[in-house]
Amino acid sequence: MTNQENNLKVIVFQLVNKEYAVPVQNVQSIEKIMHITRVPGVPAYVRGVVNLRGVVTPIIDLRKRFSLEDGTENEHTRIIIITVDGLDVGLIVDSANDVLDLPEDSIEPQPNVVGSIETDFINGVAKIDRRLLILLQLDKVLENAA
Amino acid sequence: MEMNQYLEVFIEESKDHLQNCNAQMLELEKNPADIKIVNEIFRSAHTLKGMSATMGYEDLASLTHNMENVLDDIRNEKLSVTTAVMDALFSAVDDLEDMIASIASGGDGKKDVSRSLSMLEAIQNGESASDAVPQTTSSIHYDEFERTVIEQSLEQGYKAYELTVSLREDCLLKAARVYMVFEVLEKIGEVVKSSPAVDQLEEENFDQQFCVTFASKEDKEFIEKSVMKVSEVDLAKAEEVNFELVENQPSQDAEEEAAVAQVVAEVPEENKEKDIQKAVSNKTIRVNIDRLDVLMNLFEELVIDRGRLEQISKELNHGELNETVERMSRISGDLQSIILTMRMVPVETVFNRFPRMIRQLARDLDKQINLDISGQDTELDRTVIDEIGDPLVHLLRNAIDHGVESPAERKNKGKTEEGTIQLRAYHSGNHVFIEIEDDGAGISKDKVLNKALSKGIVSQEQAKSMTDSQIFELIMASGFSTADTISDISGRGVGLDVVKTTIESLGGSITIHSTEGKGSVFSVQLPLTLSIISVMLVEVEEEKFAIPLSSIIETAIVKNDEILHAHNQRVIDFRGKVVPLVFLNEVFDVNKNVDEDIHSVIIVRKGEKLAGLVVDSFIGQQEVVLKSLGDYLGDVFAISGATILGDGQVALIVDCNALIQ
Repeated sequence: MTNQENNLKVIVFQLVNKEYAVPVQNVQSIEKIMHITRVPGVPAYVRGVVNLRGVVTPIIDLRKRFSLEDGTENEHTRIIIITVDGLDVGLIVDSANDVLDLPEDSIEPQPNVVGSIETDFINGVAKIDRRLLILLQLDKVLENAA
Repeated sequence: MEMNQYLEVFIEESKDHLQNCNAQMLELEKNPADIKIVNEIFRSAHTLKGMSATMGYEDLASLTHNMENVLDDIRNEKLSVTTAVMDALFSAVDDLEDMIASIASGGDGKKDVSRSLSMLEAIQNGESASDAVPQTTSSIHYDEFERTVIEQSLEQGYKAYELTVSLREDCLLKAARVYMVFEVLEKIGEVVKSSPAVDQLEEENFDQQFCVTFASKEDKEFIEKSVMKVSEVDLAKAEEVNFELVENQPSQDAEEEAAVAQVVAEVPEENKEKDIQKAVSNKTIRVNIDRLDVLMNLFEELVIDRGRLEQISKELNHGELNETVERMSRISGDLQSIILTMRMVPVETVFNRFPRMIRQLARDLDKQINLDISGQDTELDRTVIDEIGDPLVHLLRNAIDHGVESPAERKNKGKTEEGTIQLRAYHSGNHVFIEIEDDGAGISKDKVLNKALSKGIVSQEQAKSMTDSQIFELIMASGFSTADTISDISGRGVGLDVVKTTIESLGGSITIHSTEGKGSVFSVQLPLTLSIISVMLVEVEEEKFAIPLSSIIETAIVKNDEILHAHNQRVIDFRGKVVPLVFLNEVFDVNKNVDEDIHSVIIVRKGEKLAGLVVDSFIGQQEVVLKSLGDYLGDVFAISGATILGDGQVALIVDCNALIQ
């Protein structure tokens, strides 16, 4: 990945007012919002499927997945296509704004506070300058879909 | 060059084309005035010519070329369809079939086609076919070895003869007679060569006549008499081989060989590369694509079971069971991707045959051409690969014949003498593009327009408002050709027309960009994969669904008051049968705004059971590529998969079976 082995390269995206990070090797591409075909009979956070260069790819609304308030889509809205264990899934986020190198020592285990459902999906937090990045546990995010 | 891998494709396609020729010719005999049928035969013959020339079967190519000439005359109304004409054409097709059969059984596809050829030529020259007498083959082509043998025997005091033997027309065991003739000849001399070749003769792949070159010390009369002793031999005529003729041939051939040597010298690196590639390439077997489909279907069922099993194991929460199920899921995931990629073949298999063809053509046309191939590892569905060969051959031939100028012309224009043709393949979005770019003369818009006007393809008014690309597209119209002279390679205006139809039938499209003096780009856009099913597209509010045609019986319009209620279910009386209605908007939770009093209903079937699917409107029938929704979503109720529509949106495919209890 990088010269310094202890660094974790992540894609940073925004959801409501927090910044989240996913490892770059899990990210396949970042797409602008496109037409999503609703699929009936699936969990509410599955928005539907899109045509991603000929591959039918399911899309998860992260706000719904994290039980956050609904938002409106604008020109910053992005779909981050991630690959976990061979599954390709898109995540709708408010905006994708950065690629960062996280030194390993900046990553701390998940704070032991109860309060939001999203803690289930958190792998840890990273502090960079004054920013607080939430590291997502992607396999948890994708769990229990079917 | 290794051609074996294309041989089977070639044989299959040739058989198809010949069958088409035969069928169409029979049709033509019934409707002699129908030019459309002539065009159809012409196309088959044209493609066949191209293919056989590419594969190096010169006899096939020359015979089809003559066929084309006759057909062309018919098409241009220079010749009317008479029995004689049809006889000649049929005879030619018979010969072609024999040759293909010979190739298929491992032969070299050579056959004495002089009879058919002379018949065709006679027709073209305006004679009646019946006047055409089978010509005696007097100038047999000898290869170096055979020449050496003849020369040596001449030196040793033997005489070389060309012996033409005709068998009686009612001769039943031709092969046996041939054998006897050979036996006689072997006693009195040495057989150097026979035409057709011995194996052809043994298979009776000749009419009544064959020709043997042999060396003997006996004189002409004796040989003739000896052969005549074999029963059922009609005529035996020996001619002493013209010594000068034999002597002259080497120089001519030497030139040819020199040319070959030159070409070979030009490409040693390429060959080296090929050798390496060959060493690396894996062993393959041929599998019928239907079987792959069956495999895919079976696998899909396995996936459904897997989903169920996962569910059960989760409910039971049994450690060992969980482990096994997870393992099975992983393995079946791998299996799925393998099955999906099994249908995909790199375009390399098609592209590989082009360098040879280009070299040959460049030599025939005295042009210098450098073929630059890239992206040959781009993968396409097997079905597309099988179909795309011909159109590409046509496009390449066009690029060489009409695109790249002669070296002298290029020099005058300040270009390098060597023209470059680039053949590219690449993925882009949902498609694979194959582009053929030449740096030749480009397309002259004025010339194209004038030609189109004179052929009546467009009117003056239309011509004025046409864009550049529209004008370029005219060259793909039927009956259009800008080449002033008809050559062996192209210029009859059938090629591009066929190219366009073939590509469109594959769900692709072709566009042309050209700058006069700079060159042209032919860009072929093709769909990635082709697991096609026919569906009926319907609309429920804003959402589109696809219903497989295979389960649809018919469509109907039902009024509100025709809907009956039985056992808490809405039903209709359809041709005396009670058919339950399934409202798709309810099944698929579509928000419905208004309740109409007229419903569009699709009657679907599962075995003996029927159901009526209520939708908002029918969009129409369409062939769509079947895609899975992906592992993540797993099994969605009443949705069997998804497909991508022309506008890039995803439509879900309705699983009718799930809707019928």
